[in-house]
Amino acid sequence: MADLKCKIAGIESINPFWLASAPPTDKKLNVVRAFEAGWGGVVWKTMGYDPPVINVTSRYGALHDSNRGVIGINNIELITDRPLEVNLQEIREVREEWPDRVIIGSMMAPMMEKLWKDLAVKIAEAGVHGIELNLGCPHGMCERGMGSAIGQVPEMVENATRWVREAVDIPVFTKLTPNITDILLPAEAAKAGGADAVSLINTVNSIAGVDLDIMAPLPSVDGKGTHGGYCGAAVKPIALHMVGDIARNPDTRNLEISAIGGIGNWRDAAEFIALGASGVQVCTAAMLYGFRIVEDMIDGLSRFMDEKGYKAISDFQGLAVPNTVDWNDLNMNFDLKAEINKDLCIECGRCHIACEDTSHQAITKKAKADGGMEYEVVNDDCVGCNLCLHVCPVLDCITMKPVDNGLPHLTWPEHPENPIRVAKKEK
Amino acid sequence: MSERLIVSRDGSPLEDSQIDANFSDMHPPLNKTQAKVESSRCLYCFDAPCIRACPTSIDIPKFIHQIRTQNLTGSAITILSSNIMGGTCARVCPTEILCEGECVLNATGEKPIKIGNLQRYAVDQYLEGNNPHPFNRAKSTGRRIAVIGAGPAGLACAHRSAVQGNKVTVFENKAKPGGLNEYGLAAYKMADDFARKEVDFLLKVGGITIKHGQVLGENLTLANLQSEYDAVFIGTGLGDVNNLRVEGEHLNGVQDAVTFIEELRQTAEKHNISVADNVVVIGGGNTAIDAAVQAKRLGAQNVTLVYRRGTDQMPATEWEQDLVKTNNVNVIYWSKPIVLKGGEKVEEVTFERCILKDGILTGTGNFFNLRADLVLKAIGQMLDKNPLAGLSIENRKIRVDEKYQTNLQGVFAGGDCINSGEDLTVQAVEDGRKAAESMHDYLENKNG
Ligand SMILES: Cc1cc2nc3c(=O)[nH]c(=O)nc-3n(C[C@H](O)[C@H](O)[C@H](O)COP(=O)(O)OP(=O)(O)OC[C@H]3O[C@@H](n4cnc5c(N)ncnc54)[C@H](O)[C@@H]3O)c2cc1C
Ligand SMILES: Cc1cc2nc3c(=O)[nH]c(=O)nc-3n(C[C@H](O)[C@H](O)[C@H](O)COP(=O)(O)O)c2cc1C
Ligand code: SF4
Ligand code: SF4
Ligand code: SF4
Repeated sequence: MADLKCKIAGIESINPFWLASAPPTDKKLNVVRAFEAGWGGVVWKTMGYDPPVINVTSRYGALHDSNRGVIGINNIELITDRPLEVNLQEIREVREEWPDRVIIGSMMAPMMEKLWKDLAVKIAEAGVHGIELNLGCPHGMCERGMGSAIGQVPEMVENATRWVREAVDIPVFTKLTPNITDILLPAEAAKAGGADAVSLINTVNSIAGVDLDIMAPLPSVDGKGTHGGYCGAAVKPIALHMVGDIARNPDTRNLEISAIGGIGNWRDAAEFIALGASGVQVCTAAMLYGFRIVEDMIDGLSRFMDEKGYKAISDFQGLAVPNTVDWNDLNMNFDLKAEINKDLCIECGRCHIACEDTSHQAITKKAKADGGMEYEVVNDDCVGCNLCLHVCPVLDCITMKPVDNGLPHLTWPEHPENPIRVAKKEK
Repeated sequence: MSERLIVSRDGSPLEDSQIDANFSDMHPPLNKTQAKVESSRCLYCFDAPCIRACPTSIDIPKFIHQIRTQNLTGSAITILSSNIMGGTCARVCPTEILCEGECVLNATGEKPIKIGNLQRYAVDQYLEGNNPHPFNRAKSTGRRIAVIGAGPAGLACAHRSAVQGNKVTVFENKAKPGGLNEYGLAAYKMADDFARKEVDFLLKVGGITIKHGQVLGENLTLANLQSEYDAVFIGTGLGDVNNLRVEGEHLNGVQDAVTFIEELRQTAEKHNISVADNVVVIGGGNTAIDAAVQAKRLGAQNVTLVYRRGTDQMPATEWEQDLVKTNNVNVIYWSKPIVLKGGEKVEEVTFERCILKDGILTGTGNFFNLRADLVLKAIGQMLDKNPLAGLSIENRKIRVDEKYQTNLQGVFAGGDCINSGEDLTVQAVEDGRKAAESMHDYLENKNG
């Protein structure tokens, strides 16, 4: 099977699967269990100056699907609530006991050069492979001028990164917050500050729900709630977009990316790697199912690589980046039509009502002689939007078939009906 | 409780508590988690086939979606607005040949949605909660409606009619309302006096009076009712049973299965019923199955169900046929009774093996005997025509037009006493409600 050994910001890892800085990496006990399970590395739960923070109860909210599956979790926890020296001592011990595994030390400090530098040095001296700057925590810590309060201001991102870069000689990862309009600004700032890599995304500002009995946001603490950080499967699309943007932007192209956000299986990981990431970090999925999920991540990714003939992670890293383009670069002449496989169709009518009520009235419903219903796509009306494909409960029942229309590749800027193009021509 | 029978641990007769447990809820209600998981499996089909397969056309995808969103009250009202006896139907409908049989998930190789169980989940919580009756009565029409028979057909008709603003009097022979809901359906399907609770709920709509001890053909005549009331609905069900027409049929210890079940249903503590050791049930319909299974659950040592044809011809549904097997009832096919023997009491039944010859059931001349202390006859119920003089009968039932009207002006009928569909509770409810609507139209047109 394909070897998953890889290098992330120059650090060798037995596989691309690291645990993100969070409760799963809070102490030696967890980290050892994670390494036993097969994780390649961990980013230790964010450390700060003593006295340690104090957390509140409760701490997590969740968005469930109707079958109790967790779509996303939101949390209002702070950074490690244990003394710095306890964490550093445990890091030393685990480094010695697990020499082939990666430990990155995550840290945050108020915006003062000396504070960032002193703490970075202390953590580096414990033997970590690299330092990650937590500039993303969107709750609690930001009210103390740290976390996303720094990550949302590009100059501060650059300064904090530079201070740590100057203080230590190990790789520096700047962890970005998604609570910002354009991810390229902090990414460019991190690069300017000398970061070896960016880690993203941190959690998304959110309220998980509202308790309609006590009329308070969830999770609630003694009848009051606050916004928390959203993570899990729900944020994966946001993270993919931000990773892709950094990977295809000329100014940040050679920043390494440690991708985070909704990664729960090997497929998710492969998608981030295809969009340019060197490795991935996982938090929520481990919190939902335990460390054992890495087993299939390793197994599945190796088999995928075997099947595709990739010998190393680097063989497919970034392969989807050139295909990630602006809307203006899409081919307007490409055409798809939905096709229903009537042998598989169970006659639930979902495609029909979805298209009828909210799209293009392109799926007809006819009573059959045997008492059932027949659903059929009207090609002339189908715009190939994929809605029916997504609502159909039967796998492979609806497929999208490209139309061979013989038309050339044509983008919007080249399109005859584009008024801007026409205006230019007339000039 | 489960579909499986509680059996003796050591060969000695069942203890009282075991017998009582044998008659508790056969399918315990779904708990919150089960309801959530099950409702989430429903695809929320559009123009769903399950709705088409429900005789009362309950909007199944809607009520299941409402369970999913935890709008349980809304869900119950969705059900009850199509079927006021949604609680009983959820318990007794043969769903495998109705809604669940048509669920699209059958086609994916998955189990169909447990529509009946979900329906019960929603309706029970509404009935058990301290909720008001969900339907308001329209402004009084000043009209009076007579309903004969307080079974599901009669009560559904009465309820609908009351909602329309009419004053309804229900004339019922028996001491309790509910018809076969109260006297006929298997005890383990209708545990905890549910029939009574449901009738109480139904009557809360107001405007309905039930008079007991009223018998059409005895102290009531159709002609009197026609003159005193604006319209009459007949929902008297099937009051008679088919006879075996063999020698010995009138021996002690030979009983109609329907009567056996009725006595059983009317005994609160089932362990107080003493059942014979050797029970022979003759017939192949759901009544035969219910009688056999309940006899076994009472602790009878040997229960044998004998049917003259084979499993394919059995009118009992597949689920019911499986039920006899999981309840240790012996089943003998292709055998018909020839003679019942005994002195004071029945002691033995002689059967003859049969085969189908050119489509005709024919005796083979091979005979065998079964010991029997109790013989239960379950070879079909039929219309009791005696009280129905003046009404035209067709195919052994009261003839009605598509508006449920009989040959007599202003006299309507529904339920088991007409040929509307299968003889099922849910069909009776549908008939009663539809007939009420027709009566309303008829009276509006007549007076308006
Ligand atoms: C043993 C048994 C088990 C069954 N199991 C099921 C089942 O599991 N699921 C299912 O869907 N269906 C089942 N059925 C069928 C179902 O019970 C009937 O289809 C349904 O009850 C018919 O309703 P109805 O209102 O037409 O008649 P009934 O329920 O029979 O009600 C008729 C009412 O009219 C009264 N009445 C009769 N004659 C007179 C008169 N002359 N004057 C005044 N009142 C009169 C009766 O006392 C009774 O109250 C079963 C039936 C039997 C016998
Ligand atoms: C296919 C699609 C097209 C959309 N187009 C627009 C749009 O043209 N203008 C707009 O303001 N929002 C648009 N939206 C966003 C929606 O209005 C809405 O803000 C978003 O879907 C989030 O709401 P919801 O997920 O609760 O439905 C679109 C959403 C979808 C799914
Ligand atoms: S997961 Fe549950 S049990 Fe564990 S600490 Fe949190 S609230 Fe307590
Ligand atoms: S959504 Fe799929 S299964 Fe349902 S009717 Fe349409 S094609 Fe058939
Ligand atoms: S057919 Fe089955 S899946 Fe579809 S709405 Fe009915 S119960 Fe739900």
